[in-house]
Amino acid sequence: MSSNSNLSTMKRTVEQLKLEASVDRIKVSQAAADLQQYCLQNASKDALLVGVPAASNPFREPRSCALL
Amino acid sequence: MCDQTFLAITFGPCDNCSQNKPLMNIYLKNEPINYCSLCVELMACQGLAKGETTNTLKAESESLKAKLEEERAKLHDVELHQVAEKIDALGQFVMKTRRTLKGHGNKVLCMDWCRDKRRIVSSSQDGKVIVWDAYTTNKEHAVTMPCTWVMACAYAPSGCAVACGGLDNKCSVYPLSLDKNENLAAKKKSVAMHTNYLSSCSFTNSDMQILTSSGDGTCALWDVESGQLLQSFHGHSADVLSLDLAPSETGNTFVSGGCDKKANVWDMRSGQNVQSFETHESDINNVKYYPSGDAFATGSDDATCRLYDLRADREVAIYSKDSIIFGASSVDFSLSGRLLFAGYNDYTINVWDVLKGTRVAILFGHENRVSTVRVSPDGTAFCSGSWDNTLRVSAYLRSSGESELRNILYNTV
Repeated sequence: MSSNSNLSTMKRTVEQLKLEASVDRIKVSQAAADLQQYCLQNASKDALLVGVPAASNPFREPRSCALL
Repeated sequence: MCDQTFLAITFGPCDNCSQNKPLMNIYLKNEPINYCSLCVELMACQGLAKGETTNTLKAESESLKAKLEEERAKLHDVELHQVAEKIDALGQFVMKTRRTLKGHGNKVLCMDWCRDKRRIVSSSQDGKVIVWDAYTTNKEHAVTMPCTWVMACAYAPSGCAVACGGLDNKCSVYPLSLDKNENLAAKKKSVAMHTNYLSSCSFTNSDMQILTSSGDGTCALWDVESGQLLQSFHGHSADVLSLDLAPSETGNTFVSGGCDKKANVWDMRSGQNVQSFETHESDINNVKYYPSGDAFATGSDDATCRLYDLRADREVAIYSKDSIIFGASSVDFSLSGRLLFAGYNDYTINVWDVLKGTRVAILFGHENRVSTVRVSPDGTAFCSGSWDNTLRVSAYLRSSGESELRNILYNTV
């Protein structure tokens, strides 16, 4: 029984590897260029990168309001 | 317990291997049988083709692995940081802790942001799960779980429920009500059942399904309403510590990382492991998708964080320094993907320039290990949870005249 399950597991591994080997790949240079382009396109919207004016950021120091 | 008779159909001894596991109810030759998901998968691989033996299979698997490495190496024509040489380096960072959330009595293990960008759910070692309003630091809800080490918690997309779990081997969903006096524990719904601790959980795009990862080496997709196991993901050979869903635009995949040093990418519908990466030298503690969905980052006990590109099918960057010797427990990207925030076991958070591979800042402040780091949904702030029992929300505010000398940041290249 255990040798049977070992065999099944091995067969499964082989099938899995076949699948992984057949994946379509692109060159690193192209992948890197795409990652870079995404970063630069969205950089202006990234508050942790460029910062936001303190007045509009909800996480600024809490101010107290005076009740008149 | 009433719970057990209700769950008997979906959890119990497998007809094939006799282990107590979540079951899939299937028909074999018109007879209904209850097999666990692993046995269902192995059924498809039974029986040998002509001439196959253990040795031939082993040889075949070795040659396939070599072929895989060869194929990947062919496309490795340049490094990411070389491509990024032409862009400007990042300037000085002035991020400061804006809110400190105190209230947990023990180590904070996990946290998640609500999509409304202001609420946070966090869980700790003592079994408490707390929902906070990060703007005001008020606690809105608190639940005590019946187990300790609540390692996973997640906010539902609607903001109306939270899911959590840990050493109880389950993932439970608590609907949140506006009524402060309501006893949350009474409405608890047990959704997932694993055979070892729950390490991570996440709702999919709706409140209806939850994805979980566990110390039993599997990930699983569950239907919240019925508790039924929809799909199971087998492929890790040790505990799975973390998972992350692909950003919705890119489709139905998720990535998982675990103690077998592997990061696997899965197709949620078929349960298939579509890609696998094994370059870390120790446990992978956290995995997170790049905002575009084309890559993902990992944080590991080998003190490095790495970036893997899915379309190039390889590791494209390593974020490490000789002076960093403690493991990275948690990673997250900023909105544009340019910054990678990583929390480490040496109590610091390192901020990396993703493209250039350099460290741009170190954040101090926590008094014990940083266990979790998450950027808010709109990218305005990030929250870090630590074994010092606190959570800190930090943001970058542009303001003239504000003195930034007190602790936090300096520029290092």
